[in-house]
Amino acid sequence: MLDFIVQRLVQAVFVMLTVAMISFSLFQFVGDPVNNMLGPEATAEQRLAARETLGLNDPIPVQFTKWVGNAVQGEFGQSYRMGRPVSDLIAQRLPATLELVAVSALIAVFVGVPMGVYTGLKRNSFLSKIFLTVSLIGISLPTFLIGILLILLFGVTLGWLPTFGRGGLTNIGNWETSLLTARGWSHLILPAITLALFQLTLIMRLVRAEMLEVLRTDYIKFAKARGLRQRSINFGHALKNTLVPVITIMGLQIGALLAFSIITETVFQWPGMGLLIIQAINFGDIPIMSSYLVLVALFFVIINLVVDLLYYVVDPRLRIERTAGAH
Amino acid sequence: MSNKKPVLEVRNLRVEFPNRRGNLVAVDDVSFTVNEGEVLGVVGESGAGKSMTGSAVIGLLEPPGRIAGGEVLLDGERIDNLSPEAMRRVRGKRIGMVFQDPLTSLNPLYTVGRQLTETIQTHQNVSDSQARKQAIDLLAEVGIPAPEKRIDQYPHQFSGGMRQRVVIALALCVNPRMIIADEPTTALDVSIQAQIIKLLKRLCEDHGAAVMLITHDMGVIAETADRVAVMYAGRIAEIGPVKDVIKNAKHPYTKGLMGSIPVVGHDLERLSQIEGSMPRLTEIPRGCAFNPRCPEVFDRCRVERPDLIDVGTSRAACWLHDPASAKKTEAAE
Ligand SMILES: Nc1ncnc2c1ncn2[C@@H]1O[C@H](COP(=O)(O)OP(=O)(O)O)[C@@H](O)[C@H]1O
Ligand code: SF4
Ligand SMILES: [Mg+2]
Repeated sequence: MLDFIVQRLVQAVFVMLTVAMISFSLFQFVGDPVNNMLGPEATAEQRLAARETLGLNDPIPVQFTKWVGNAVQGEFGQSYRMGRPVSDLIAQRLPATLELVAVSALIAVFVGVPMGVYTGLKRNSFLSKIFLTVSLIGISLPTFLIGILLILLFGVTLGWLPTFGRGGLTNIGNWETSLLTARGWSHLILPAITLALFQLTLIMRLVRAEMLEVLRTDYIKFAKARGLRQRSINFGHALKNTLVPVITIMGLQIGALLAFSIITETVFQWPGMGLLIIQAINFGDIPIMSSYLVLVALFFVIINLVVDLLYYVVDPRLRIERTAGAH
Repeated sequence: MSNKKPVLEVRNLRVEFPNRRGNLVAVDDVSFTVNEGEVLGVVGESGAGKSMTGSAVIGLLEPPGRIAGGEVLLDGERIDNLSPEAMRRVRGKRIGMVFQDPLTSLNPLYTVGRQLTETIQTHQNVSDSQARKQAIDLLAEVGIPAPEKRIDQYPHQFSGGMRQRVVIALALCVNPRMIIADEPTTALDVSIQAQIIKLLKRLCEDHGAAVMLITHDMGVIAETADRVAVMYAGRIAEIGPVKDVIKNAKHPYTKGLMGSIPVVGHDLERLSQIEGSMPRLTEIPRGCAFNPRCPEVFDRCRVERPDLIDVGTSRAACWLHDPASAKKTEAAE
């Protein structure tokens, strides 16, 4: 077990270093940031001074080492555009995105899995057919369109929910959260559903397909032949086996949520990382882009680590083979 | 023959698969009984309807397959028309089943002990520790060494033969009256097949369970069964005491099967001495289903379908044994 975790951590560090290198190299490929920051009217002295404060005159390996050292401490330099530390900007935006992604992930999993189980068990019921038809829409409509449709319906036509930004925020230390007030939730719910919908339908279809597969297996037939209760067969034996392959996909899908959040944040003007990165890309704000890249990579690495550990918990075959190899 | 009480009686069982073009009849007018303490062997080529018969008895036909006629009685009580919940309580408790592949019969994510105790506690009102004790005793009984330790292991930590022992323990764990074993050793290594069959037979004796042993290994039947039913194209071709059927087959199909002296491992699939193959369900010929392959076929066989006819201690579905057509046989030859 410890072996396994250490091995995974070493891999994770390696991945992160590679990503850091790529992120850092962005600085080399994109034109002189000083121009962007100071504008064409700046004097030569101003430019030189700016280069010096940004550390752009050091040799590249030195810059990289410094950069990684700083990054590890959460320092990503100054935003070219806003002239403020990137870490501040991110710290300010990160809660919004993480809350949006987390709530979406919970919706996708806790609605998608039961719907998948239901449609797998009650293959021919009317409700299952509705779920499947609706899920086709969820899969085929692009996120931004779903967002706009939801805004039209719940925001404009019905007037039930706010359609942009966050609101009703409470501070917990430096963390601004939407989750503690009803108003906060009213702002969060539409973007969260928009973001969750695609993953939800995907998870539902996957769980359904996997459930159908598992229900055909010999061990389910043998469980029936032993007279076990239907409930125990469906929600014990079958569901647990269904989740083994589904866990990986869910991990990947939660990663994908972060990627899709850029679109959703734009549609709902949600003041998170997505909005920040879009503006940064438009402006060529490399420090923000590169730190975003590093953060996203970190997010994926953590998810993969969790998925591997979950696998380990759920599937005894992995557990035993490793310990068996050890003695 | 035995004067013991019948445990399982199957009367005129018919299993159909409705489809767009009508009904496929997978089991057609099959009747047999299994008496207390008896082992009934069921043999026949692949697709003959052996598994369907077993599944129908235990109420586990996969839809759209359904029992379209006949009766199944367990200890004199009909079980083919029970509610799903009542039938569930019959399964495991009064009829157990062992399937072909021990590698896939056990849930990979639960320990062997958990699968045993769950089954025990589903049917018996016993405490966790009592169920665990019973489970350990059962594992010891089926010959698994160090059962106190093995009980907490997962199926993949057992070899194929050991897994089939666990499967047998699972099927017998609440002492059912009847065990249906559907090709219980086909998936196993030849070297351990005989051992597992012996174990199955001894345990069923000890637990007082009658056995319906489905196999296409005539050697297994010869060594294990008291009586044997030979199935062909969804019907019973011949049924009778094992010795008589092997030494003195009445049905031309059985005679073909018995062409050589059966030994364990002698597989019907690989040794069909009879020309041709069993017809598909959609192409069963008129008259006797065996008539296109039968070396002794005569006119009546192509028109009328024979039912089982008493011939000495056996019964055979063949016009040769109908006194009314005896002369025609000679004429045909
Ligand atoms: N779902 C199904 N639909 C139609 N026919 C089926 C289905 N399942 C099995 N059968 C047919 O039922 C017949 C009996 O099968 P089975 O009892 O499994 O034979 P075996 O004697 O080899 O165990 C076979 O001819 C098979 O083709
Ligand atoms: S009834 Fe006729 S065709 Fe059928 S087995 Fe007997 S002799 Fe052969
Ligand atoms: Mg079969």
